Amino acid sequence: MSSDSVSNLMKGHMESLAAEGKRADGRSINEFRDVKIKTGMINTAEGSALVHLGKTKVLCGIKMLIGTPYGDSPKSGTMMTTTELAPLADQSFDPGPPREQSIELSRVVDRGIRESRMIDFEALCIEEGEKVWTVFIDLYILDNKGNLFDCCTLAAAAALSNAKIPNVQHGVADEDVDLPVTCWPISCTFGKLGDKVILDPTSDEEAVMSARLTVAHDENGNLRAAQKGMNGAFTDAEVREAVKTARKSDNVLREALKGI
Amino acid sequence: MAGQTDMELIKDGVRLDGRKPDELREVKITAGVLDNADGSCYLEWGNNKVYAGVFGPMECHPRHKQKADRAIVQARYTMAPFSVDDRKRPGLDRRSSEISYIASQAFEKVVMVEEFPKASIRVDMQVVEAHAGTRCAAITAASVALADAGIPMRDMIPACASGKINDIVVLDLNKKEDNYGQADLPLAIIPSTGEVVLLQLDGHLSPEQFEEAMDLATSGCMDLYKIMRDALDKSYGGKK
Repeated sequence: MSSDSVSNLMKGHMESLAAEGKRADGRSINEFRDVKIKTGMINTAEGSALVHLGKTKVLCGIKMLIGTPYGDSPKSGTMMTTTELAPLADQSFDPGPPREQSIELSRVVDRGIRESRMIDFEALCIEEGEKVWTVFIDLYILDNKGNLFDCCTLAAAAALSNAKIPNVQHGVADEDVDLPVTCWPISCTFGKLGDKVILDPTSDEEAVMSARLTVAHDENGNLRAAQKGMNGAFTDAEVREAVKTARKSDNVLREALKGI
Repeated sequence: MAGQTDMELIKDGVRLDGRKPDELREVKITAGVLDNADGSCYLEWGNNKVYAGVFGPMECHPRHKQKADRAIVQARYTMAPFSVDDRKRPGLDRRSSEISYIASQAFEKVVMVEEFPKASIRVDMQVVEAHAGTRCAAITAASVALADAGIPMRDMIPACASGKINDIVVLDLNKKEDNYGQADLPLAIIPSTGEVVLLQLDGHLSPEQFEEAMDLATSGCMDLYKIMRDALDKSYGGKK
């Protein structure tokens, strides 16, 4: 239903709803869809999580391998985030090498996790300058019903929080220990619909909105990452207001994350 | 197949995981788990976990792949990077491409492709956790997803492997048996006619063992077929 012609017909309807502070699915403009988080279902992964944000579903698996540190940070572990827009998630997703859309998504999620220092990278050093743990965060999108950014960040955070360092398998130590997690980055994504700004857009809303803004906060309310996307624009006031709204609205996601 | 090894995989008719030679691992199937796909299925087979999604029939892209008199089935099998012990690099490799290709051809036999000229039916199979037998798990899940999508089909195709461990023919190899066993024979059949739509074999089987392995895999497919029908019945059977 997200073909261009349908989008154009829906656009007016969605915009007039937003102008009255309403949404097609009955939510208010600053409300997240229901969140469900399940962890630890993939036994071959060091950590895993399946997150439902409304009907959007993302599966995240953490793998850890021994690698070499970067020359400028010999005592720090490293991380890599990839997102796979699985073809079964959306009729428009094609297989093949990752495209811009998928790369942007991985990089925004990566920044939220990395810049919040959620993972204690120093604790991932095995031998200074020689051996460190590399954390692979692989995100598998199973069902795209909008707002992949927040769903992926949440899935990554949930999977990391339940990951164990595979010391035994790699002969590093006698015991697998929890991956050291220091804080909880949460991202909030907004869409511009007409001249209204809405939180947590669905895929129908994404098809007609003109601009997107993602902001990630840590639990102390400090900003950790942000990204503006799509070819529309936000006013300065809208950006400032969205950042404030994010600080208030990310509580539901934080609670869901704490509940696991 | 690592070939002959000294590892004892079966003792007094009991396998390492406690199964009898002709016993399947536990299979759980749920139809209709995804919203965007026209049809979908989630399947757990032992520790294997697979999602399947179906889109179509829809216009076939690229155009040069269109068939004037029928639809084509474009099946795709992929494994998640975290689905195996050592992280797998994302994307299609030669193994995934081969499985995708033979699965497409198997589905074209049962889907009523002649009803939809120039169309394409996309069948996506995502393995999220792998412990041997994922191609069979994926094809079985995809069959249920095709039915869930309401695509006209002559029948569903259950897929199940048999193999050989310590010179004994057994059903449905697990990870260890696959690594240290002597043969693996994945089979997919059309239950209503008994026709074979997918057959592979690697390893070593005597003519008698081959006959036995075919019988065993066929009976495994029939057991699986019942589980597939029950899953659809649970979603669509209505009141009894």
